[in-house]
Amino acid sequence: MTAISVSSPRAIAWPAIIKEAALTAFVALLLTVPLVGLRTVDRPTGLGLETRWNEVVAAVGLVFLGRIGICLIREGQGVLVLVLAAAAAAAGFFIKMPTEALRIILIVGGAIIAIRAAMAVRTGRSKLSQAERDKRMDRIAAKVQDASRWLGPIGVVLALAFPLTPLADRQLLDIGILLLTYVMLGWGLNIVVGLAGLLDLGYVAFYAVGAYSYALLAHYFGLSFWLCLPLAGLLAAFSGVLLGFPVLRLRGDYFAIVTLGFGEIIRIILVNWYQFTGGPNGISGIPRPSFFGIADFTRTPAEGTMAFHEMFGLEFSALHRIIFLYYLILVLALVVNFFTLRVRKLPLGRAWEALREDDIACASLGINRTNMKLAAFAIAAMFGGFAGSFFATRQGFISPESFTFIESAIILAIVVLGGMGSQIGVVVATLLVIGLPEAFRELADYRMLAFGMGMVLIMLWRPRGLLAHRDPTILLYGRKGKGAGGPAAGTAAAGGEGIAGGRAK
Amino acid sequence: MTDLSMTPTVKNDTPLLTVEHLTMRFGGLVAVNDVSFTARNSEITAIIGPNGAGKTTLFNCITGFYSPTVGRMTLRHPDGKEFLLERMPGYRISQQASVARTFQNIRLFGGMSVLENLMVAQHNKLIKASGFSIAGLLGLPSYTNVERESVELAKYWLDRVRLLEFADWEAGNLPYGAQRRLEIARAMCTEPVMLCLDEPAAGLNPRESADLAEILTFIRDDHKTGVLLIEHDMSVVMTISDHVVVLDYGRKISDGDPHFVKNDPAVIRAYLGEEEGEELPPEIAADLPEVAKRAEEGA
Amino acid sequence: MDYFLQQLINGLSLGAIYGLIAIGYTMVYGIIGMINFAHGEIYMIGAFVALITFLALGSLGITWVPLALLVMLAASMLFTAVYGWTVERIAYRPLRSSPRLAPLISAIGMSIFLQNYVQILQGARSKPLQPILTGNLTMMDGAVSVSYVRLATIVITVALMYGFTQLITRTELGRAQRACEQDKTMAGLLGVNVDRIISLTFVMGAALAAVAGMMVLLIYGVIDFYIGFLAGVKAFTAAVLGGIGSLPGAMLGGVVIGLIEAFWSGYMGSEWKDVATFTILVLVLIFRPTGLLGRPEIEKV
Repeated sequence: MTAISVSSPRAIAWPAIIKEAALTAFVALLLTVPLVGLRTVDRPTGLGLETRWNEVVAAVGLVFLGRIGICLIREGQGVLVLVLAAAAAAAGFFIKMPTEALRIILIVGGAIIAIRAAMAVRTGRSKLSQAERDKRMDRIAAKVQDASRWLGPIGVVLALAFPLTPLADRQLLDIGILLLTYVMLGWGLNIVVGLAGLLDLGYVAFYAVGAYSYALLAHYFGLSFWLCLPLAGLLAAFSGVLLGFPVLRLRGDYFAIVTLGFGEIIRIILVNWYQFTGGPNGISGIPRPSFFGIADFTRTPAEGTMAFHEMFGLEFSALHRIIFLYYLILVLALVVNFFTLRVRKLPLGRAWEALREDDIACASLGINRTNMKLAAFAIAAMFGGFAGSFFATRQGFISPESFTFIESAIILAIVVLGGMGSQIGVVVATLLVIGLPEAFRELADYRMLAFGMGMVLIMLWRPRGLLAHRDPTILLYGRKGKGAGGPAAGTAAAGGEGIAGGRAK
Repeated sequence: MTDLSMTPTVKNDTPLLTVEHLTMRFGGLVAVNDVSFTARNSEITAIIGPNGAGKTTLFNCITGFYSPTVGRMTLRHPDGKEFLLERMPGYRISQQASVARTFQNIRLFGGMSVLENLMVAQHNKLIKASGFSIAGLLGLPSYTNVERESVELAKYWLDRVRLLEFADWEAGNLPYGAQRRLEIARAMCTEPVMLCLDEPAAGLNPRESADLAEILTFIRDDHKTGVLLIEHDMSVVMTISDHVVVLDYGRKISDGDPHFVKNDPAVIRAYLGEEEGEELPPEIAADLPEVAKRAEEGA
Repeated sequence: MDYFLQQLINGLSLGAIYGLIAIGYTMVYGIIGMINFAHGEIYMIGAFVALITFLALGSLGITWVPLALLVMLAASMLFTAVYGWTVERIAYRPLRSSPRLAPLISAIGMSIFLQNYVQILQGARSKPLQPILTGNLTMMDGAVSVSYVRLATIVITVALMYGFTQLITRTELGRAQRACEQDKTMAGLLGVNVDRIISLTFVMGAALAAVAGMMVLLIYGVIDFYIGFLAGVKAFTAAVLGGIGSLPGAMLGGVVIGLIEAFWSGYMGSEWKDVATFTILVLVLIFRPTGLLGRPEIEKV
């Protein structure tokens, strides 16, 4: 089956291809008839049905043709398929399809098949094996990891300089803040998932604890943001310990589901305890941060306080506060990053990674597993709490809506898609997961649809995460020494096996 | 069967580990049944027995992975400190009682480098020195000095097991035999008073077995560490052990020096699988002395 | 007492629904060791297919209730099963030998996808349906009245469970399925088509979830694209509670959770019922990590 040369003179097995494509199309038909072909619509008399058979026909047709294309690539007709698929993709821009979605499917599907055909023509093979693809990506990941030594500082400098450039308008700064918030959350969760190998599906709970800590402390006691930030971190860490203590003994998937349950419990409490938390309406009027308690970002400051623009002799601009928030989250995120990079080289971080690799061996070496895991949990929770109180002060309004499971899933997706344990992977994944949908805001409804599909596709393409690569934390012979480039820099196990515990062996 | 009577008071002769009446039940299955023995400092004590004799279960009890149903296990450090192992949670046995172990199916931190494996083994020393990470995060010299010492210890053991040049390799990429040796080095990096090895020669070729024997005798003679060894490879057991304990169906059936055990009829019976009270067929009985002789020559 | 009986029936029917969904989780976990996160959405799709079928029948003029119910059941089981099959084929099968997190993330992605797929196609508003099966069975001089729908739910679930148990324990297919659960490699070597068995596991799980979806539609008369998440989480909780991998355990766990919810909402008000459910899950896992009917597991060294 493998390595059929492109110029193979073998006759194309049309009956088999048609049969395969027809089967696939039949499945597509069964999938689309009830949900695509028949739509429920609200009528004054109750629910009614509308039929959209044209969409079903179009979808089934596309699936049929696509399958034939894939079969033909396998049969060694790469060039032919390349031309046809590219033509189809191009035609997608002109042909009128029943819906926009189908047109996008035609264009993207055509493009993907064309790319696969091009690959087949170039390599003379119908398909790269999973292992080969993995090896290629490993090399890329290693290179990126290597480059991050200088890419990282450059990125930080760029991020620092960005608000000062004329490019930085309100909208871009807001997107920057959003991205940095998720980068920070990703880096925070990376400590638990990437380093310690604990699958936490409820990280958003700590984010919520942080946000509500600040909002409530400010609301009831009038405490300032700068006092609340550490308090929120502490409270989140405390809740991490509270949750962690009973559940850290649980293995793998049980642990995952309990953390998910915990996240939901926190959310339900926020919704139901409305006397205290404001319930589903949330809390509004959360005070904005001051300039380190010295000055305010207002045009006319209250008695006894200074205005930021007066203090620095600037013209008043509403952007000042946004820029300040931007720098604040940038610094917070960098603190998390610095912590992680540093702790990896310390016994605590090494113990985490060892726990991820084999926790029974850890016990045999006298490592107190519970304490180590608890530390990971509490520290990650603390960073989540910081991010949460930042979120509260930035938005000025919070409600339980912001802390649903989907948030946890997005943060986890950032960590896993980036490549577990990889700091730069988190940044790349955030750009993909948060940045891309942000860029295609006009697609509104289809955003989450594409997001879900994207998660599946990235996992299929690269199950270990885009930039999964692990650098040793200590080298005997230095980076150019005997080990460098050798097997040490090879496969980052990245805890794929360690995580979620071995199943009953 | 108890060895209590032979616990002398001369300090030099005090056993390192005293196991008394150890019994481990899993539901209805009695995996270890009333086993008592002692292991001494600077000696290699081998535990042998047919498959399913309860050796690994015994090991898991001693190293704290199981808590025994009945029995007492006392560990006496050379400086006189005593530990009752059955009362300690798993990780404390390594942390405080200084008992290290390896595993039958190698358990290395496969994704981490060889050197990192050995650094993890020195976790307890290092985390204290790092002030539970606070001094470490600040990069204080109090920590960096200890870390440098730890690297030296790791290098020492890597050199001993001839893996020094592989220090920066990923542990999971080492060949099988090297992984076995690394696991021993990792256990030794915890600076134990007793090292427990669960079938360290399994899957090794004769050359690698010989290397292993050399490493073990080095640990015994130069580090005065007590070694407790489960092994199937009789050539290893018979050449390096000072003391052999034989288990069968969870019971101790023989205990003594290798020569004694080898000629113990109970052991021969257990290994040749003869039914109790049944005469050996004449042809096997005739071969017995020769089998014993061959075993003596080291198989 | 009457109120108690009323809640008991409510709890049992709710538990039957959770149990039906939980079977899908537990079977998939048993055979490939992953949490099929998209299973809740499969159940949601089942409910939607049932609704659409009913509306389609209505527009065709078929209104005889027993026939309509039968067609709804068959259609929703068939079409939902195809969804279950496709999800496995696309999102899980290529990841079978990958690190454990990969299929989980893929499943979460699939779950988000399916939720939005239904939202876009069928609209975000909740779909009300006038009661199809009406009427109550009154007992104890009218003190306790049980709707036929709830009774039917319990009866159908028991019947399905009986048939399903027969299928798993008595047939060739069931034997192959159990063999794969024990050891896929060995089963493959002995001539079992492992891929097919895994596909069938998903198909069966999806079909049972579809039944649950239809029941919910009939009992509550309103569904939306978001019902899958919470029901999925609770059904997974039920599976864990009963001991994951165990079919009777899944059913038992479902019933326990259903009863807790019904009694909690009956006596304490419904706001905190989900907290009660999750708290019980945490407690069970801490004190009996293998669930009610799971086999105890020893840490292998």
